[in-house]
Amino acid sequence: MKIPDIACSEECLLRAGNTNCGGCGMSLGLNFLARALAEADETCQLAIPACCGIVAAGAFPTTAYSVPTVATTFAAAAAVASGMAAIRDLNGETHQVICWAGDGGTYDIGLATLSAAAERNEDIVYVCYDNEIYGNTGGQRSSATPPGARTTTTPAGKREAKKDIVGILAAHGVPYAATVSIAHPDDAARKFRTAFETTGTSFLLLHSPCPTGWKSEPGDSVHLVRLAVRSGLFPLYEVFDGVRYRINDAPDWTDPGEYFARQRRFATDAVDLDATRASCRRRFARLETLAEAFPA
Amino acid sequence: MPLRIVTGNHAAGHALSLAGEANRTARGTACGIYPITPQTEIVERVAAFPFSRGRVVAVESEHSAMAVTMGASVSGARAFTASSSNGIAYMVENIMVAGFYRLPIVMVAVNRTLGPPWNIWADQGDTLMLRDFPWIQLYAADNQEVHDLTLLAFRLAEDPRILLPVLVCMDAFIVSHTQAETELASPDEVDAFLPDLDLPHRLDPAHPRALGSMVWPDATVSHRMEIDEAMARVPNVMAECRARFREVFGRDPGGPLDALHTDAADAVLVASATVATTARGVVERRRAAGERVGLVKMRRYRPFPEAELVQACGGAGRIGVLDRDYAAGAGGVWWQDVRAGFQGRDETPLIQDYLLGIGGGDVTPALVNQVLDDLLNRRAAGPPVWADASGAFGPPAEVGA
Repeated sequence: MKIPDIACSEECLLRAGNTNCGGCGMSLGLNFLARALAEADETCQLAIPACCGIVAAGAFPTTAYSVPTVATTFAAAAAVASGMAAIRDLNGETHQVICWAGDGGTYDIGLATLSAAAERNEDIVYVCYDNEIYGNTGGQRSSATPPGARTTTTPAGKREAKKDIVGILAAHGVPYAATVSIAHPDDAARKFRTAFETTGTSFLLLHSPCPTGWKSEPGDSVHLVRLAVRSGLFPLYEVFDGVRYRINDAPDWTDPGEYFARQRRFATDAVDLDATRASCRRRFARLETLAEAFPA
Repeated sequence: MPLRIVTGNHAAGHALSLAGEANRTARGTACGIYPITPQTEIVERVAAFPFSRGRVVAVESEHSAMAVTMGASVSGARAFTASSSNGIAYMVENIMVAGFYRLPIVMVAVNRTLGPPWNIWADQGDTLMLRDFPWIQLYAADNQEVHDLTLLAFRLAEDPRILLPVLVCMDAFIVSHTQAETELASPDEVDAFLPDLDLPHRLDPAHPRALGSMVWPDATVSHRMEIDEAMARVPNVMAECRARFREVFGRDPGGPLDALHTDAADAVLVASATVATTARGVVERRRAAGERVGLVKMRRYRPFPEAELVQACGGAGRIGVLDRDYAAGAGGVWWQDVRAGFQGRDETPLIQDYLLGIGGGDVTPALVNQVLDDLLNRRAAGPPVWADASGAFGPPAEVGA
């Protein structure tokens, strides 16, 4: 596996000195994005709704971002990006317009806006860095929070399932939707490049560890999301035009127990491991069936 | 251009479309649109316009309509939209942001009663509630004013000394759906009136900025003070835009207010939009009959033309404010600004508020006559009078009495 150059420099998308926590998956994700942009010789403009991603820009008059960035209202990233993309296209410009949003801004408050942009097939790249929590406000449940996770608004552990956001986007028939793991840098870079090359709406779901919210060790972040891929909790796959599927890395069915044990957001007995294993197998079997029947 | 018989909505859609088209030699135009009665005809006209460099994005909500419009505006395009009533309420967060971002967006608002209970008729509560945001607010009284103020709004908003969004408001149905003779601009005239937009803070790869990142209190103070300074420049810049409008179109689009018969008047009515038109008829008839009554027709609400209003009232001892709006627990919105305008002056007149035409009720000359009688005869100002209510001006006359 090629080790990506993620050292921060002046050319980095997210420059050194930003306020993100150690072990933040979103920071790594931005560096992966920067690498993919450089490899594809692309530039970008960012539309970022309320989330840690805009806090990371830092305080005026400085900015940690090296590209033009606009902070949008919480629900509005995909709509603001639609306007930006419209004027880009009318002026023959070629930069990528990228929404960089958390799970709250994607699964919850921004879902109608994202759905509408996807329905219009706006030529934007929408990246949801999914840390499964309202992290910026101190850790409240979102509809991306997995069952069993304790948050400040689910102190006894969340009861409900996590939304299938990739399935929701795929149901819009968007040209490209994919899951991305920062434990799989080459796969991530390729998916970013595919999104850049796609005309129309691309949606990338990036599993983004949040040591602060997950109550995990910052040094465990990449290990945790690798466990999620291997155990089948977060399969890596792509959906083209909402109908053709490709699985990128099949789980080796590593036991998910360690994934939960290393995060104190999960109480010892909060997760039914047998049910989780069964659910992972069932969901992956469905993906395999789709990928065989409708290959990309 | 010859006179056309068109609705207020048609006039607005025409002005917005030609303004967008005029920026084709710069970065073009785009807008987000969403239907709501009674403004829908405006966005339908915009959607049908064959822009040479423009895109109209039909979105899923008013919130997103303003968001798309902002995305186009931060990219340096001329951007506008239209809305009404609860649509404006749903859009509020992004309306506020457009102002704080200093984006020269123009929004035409058709003033419709906020619900519930549901009511589609005229009431200014939907735009007056935006009064504390960094938006210039203009109120049109007829189709020609809708058309002219919309065009003027772009030049005012985009002036580098201003860079504030502008609301152009008209009464639901009474203007929006009523056909009247209107002089519609030609594309050449609009091209001559509106310079190419060059937004100084547009997103620019050569100068990457983060627009809207965090600030400390000191920078917040600077930001608000800059808005305050821009608002303070509006009167002069608007006067320049008005003069240029006259040169290009040969017509006066109007200033912040008009004074009618206010010289040596005992009582002056202060009104806006179509209520001012009805009041004008009443005042003219009673002046002709020898009564010393006058009218100030307000065209600009924000920034509030305080000094001009005090001067226009010409020392009248009695001022009646006609409010087609109601701020809960406070009374009429215009009344509050008029009272504040006279506060601390040597001779403070009696200032009485009349809530009338609320929820789109008819404001008839007879009703305005009753208001004027009440104003001329009362000993002191009191709480706002619900002029539409039965018995507002004493018990109804008994039949046969």
